[in-house]
Amino acid sequence: MYKILKKEYLANNIWLMDIEAPRVAKSCQPGQFVIVKMDEKGERIPLTVCDYDREKGTVTIVFQIVGASTQEMAEYEVGEAFMDFVGPLGCQSELLELTKEELKKEKLLFVCGGVGTAPVYPQVKWMKEHGIDVDVIIGARTKDILILEEPMKEIAANLYIATDDGSYGFKGNACDQINELVKNQGKEYTRVVAIGPMIMMKFVALLTKELNIPTIVSMNPIMVDGTGMCGACRLQVGDEVKFACVDGPEFNGHLVDFDQAMLRQRMYKTEEGRAMLRLQEGDSHHGGCGHCNG
Amino acid sequence: MEVDVLKRVPVREQEPKVRAANFEEVCLGYNKEEAMAEATRCIQCKNPQCVKGCPVNIDIPGFIKELAEGNVGESYQVISRYSALPAVCGRVCPQETQCEAKCIRGIKGDAVSIGKLERFVADAAAEEGIQPEKAESMNGKKVAVIGSGPAGLTCAGDLAKLGYDVTIFEALHKAGGVLSYGIPEFRLPKDRVVDREVENVKSLGVKIETNVVIGKATTVDELLNEEGFDAVFIGSGAGLPKFMGIPGENANGVFSANEYLTRSNLMKAFDDTYATPISAGKKVAVVGGGNVAMDAARTALRLGAKVHIVYRRSEEELPARVEEVHHAKEEGIIFDLLTNPVEIHVDDDGNVTGMTCIRMELGEPDDSGRRRPVEVPGSEFTLEVDTVIMSLGTSPNPLISSTTEGLETNKWKCIVAEEENGQTSKAKVYAGGDAVTGAATVILAMGAGKAAAKGIHELLSE
Repeated sequence: MYKILKKEYLANNIWLMDIEAPRVAKSCQPGQFVIVKMDEKGERIPLTVCDYDREKGTVTIVFQIVGASTQEMAEYEVGEAFMDFVGPLGCQSELLELTKEELKKEKLLFVCGGVGTAPVYPQVKWMKEHGIDVDVIIGARTKDILILEEPMKEIAANLYIATDDGSYGFKGNACDQINELVKNQGKEYTRVVAIGPMIMMKFVALLTKELNIPTIVSMNPIMVDGTGMCGACRLQVGDEVKFACVDGPEFNGHLVDFDQAMLRQRMYKTEEGRAMLRLQEGDSHHGGCGHCNG
Repeated sequence: MEVDVLKRVPVREQEPKVRAANFEEVCLGYNKEEAMAEATRCIQCKNPQCVKGCPVNIDIPGFIKELAEGNVGESYQVISRYSALPAVCGRVCPQETQCEAKCIRGIKGDAVSIGKLERFVADAAAEEGIQPEKAESMNGKKVAVIGSGPAGLTCAGDLAKLGYDVTIFEALHKAGGVLSYGIPEFRLPKDRVVDREVENVKSLGVKIETNVVIGKATTVDELLNEEGFDAVFIGSGAGLPKFMGIPGENANGVFSANEYLTRSNLMKAFDDTYATPISAGKKVAVVGGGNVAMDAARTALRLGAKVHIVYRRSEEELPARVEEVHHAKEEGIIFDLLTNPVEIHVDDDGNVTGMTCIRMELGEPDDSGRRRPVEVPGSEFTLEVDTVIMSLGTSPNPLISSTTEGLETNKWKCIVAEEENGQTSKAKVYAGGDAVTGAATVILAMGAGKAAAKGIHELLSE
């Protein structure tokens, strides 16, 4: 069993938890992910590593309530435990493969959206610890749903907040903010790392292709085992079919077929919605979901 | 009970129509009376050929003799000296090409039903709470086993019986490997058979640590150098699914057999009280002709689909066991033989709407000795399906070989290991099962696990 040592509400149905998992904490790296299975009958849920403490043996996860399973997960309290917690899975961030000299030459821009801000955090922290200054954009629909602004501010050289409705920071989405920095302020970046909703990553990648800036994205498709066994997480990347769990989760954003990936993401949407309704309404659910014949 | 020595005692099965709608075991097995009657058909050869046909060389006449006399416990102990998984082997071994193929009775009449007898002994022993005999003392040496499938469980069980302190590391949340995620409930019940045999291996003193991915959480080198293991056995299986590379293969509704079966078997998606979903499909095509294809097809059928098997060669070349093909046909699976997929049709929402196939004919024999299938020009047709399950075989996961220094692999990414003792190119590291051979059978993996246990024992008792 893997004990929950800390639980914190961030915003917008997004929760943070520290989990006691010494083997994972000992070896995980920014960019990798874990799989959580809450109990005997639970799903295997992939979540990106958001922080780790090798000495305490803890791993931080951040998740947003999007369906029945994540709803149930948010109901776990400190002191309770998840039945299964496996990792680290996938490859570490490819930036970690560069030498310090190579990294020094890079001008990095991290672009995060929504819950994707969480997996960006350990990467920026790692850069800071290795003496590399990086810029960060956090994009959100509105001010109230921003997460991790304060911790990110402490480690980023420049933190830019962009809100669609202009309620905080720059008015516009992440792409508008990139345009503002690159086109209007004349900032130069050698590489962009974008992590967030697929639709955001798609448009960031389209823009950076135009701007000719190499771009890494982190994919979080549907998975079952997370070790390369099932192929549920396959993606079209250029001419090749890749498995996000073992070949990724990071890929060249200019080569990923986002439209296909988004269709694949919707695979179980109806079933998830159904499970969500069952959970919310319990025995009082008598139809209306379109699937229960009620 | 009267016995015709030329004919085997028939085994009871669920009616095809009934079982096509449930996940209960197809074959019901012998009761004690039937098993003892069948056991009397064994003529106790002085030079038993059946033993030579068994990859783990079980003393077959030995256990049958005890059974014929009604001594279930003694019979079980004879088997468990050779095999850690008799209830599994009695169900999924291809006995017809192994022990039973060599049975003298088979020359004139039916071979002795060795598999069904083994199954009876294992099940009856479990009901009586009989467990395998533990080592009398520990020798203080530690062995790590990677993977809790048939190879790993066998290797671990054999070493534990010799007094080794064995820890199995399993990547998934449940032990059993392919026995848990791959082979369906209706052929190999999980609680009643797999979990119980895993418990038997644990009763020998073997520890099982789940949720540990070797090559990620820790490495083979770390196990040897930091965690104090004296030797490592790699039985990590052949997990990576193959796809065809045809258009439309990434559509929603195209699955690897691994995914479809894992959702149903390991995650129990067929049971509504489990959270993992499965898109079962209404009209399903399973591409391939092996045991895994039969398992996927019969799972889809039980989930309510009309199912086609699409296989590019003819019935004669089907790699699946005859018994599985027979069961599949009885249950109503449609076989489209000499047929190969060309393209999968996809609608705007990314869902499968059909599959274009082409008819094949058999030409000259290829490298495998089987006649090569060749396309019949202009014979394309469309199969209307909403789900396609690719069951084209698997290849080994490079996770361990790529993170272990000095571990040699061949061009198929399989780990190179000696057949007689499992020794790899790296000192203190042994391997066996599908990780070495590529996808094969449960019993061959067990044989390799057994050979490696012997190799490790020879190394560590020097």
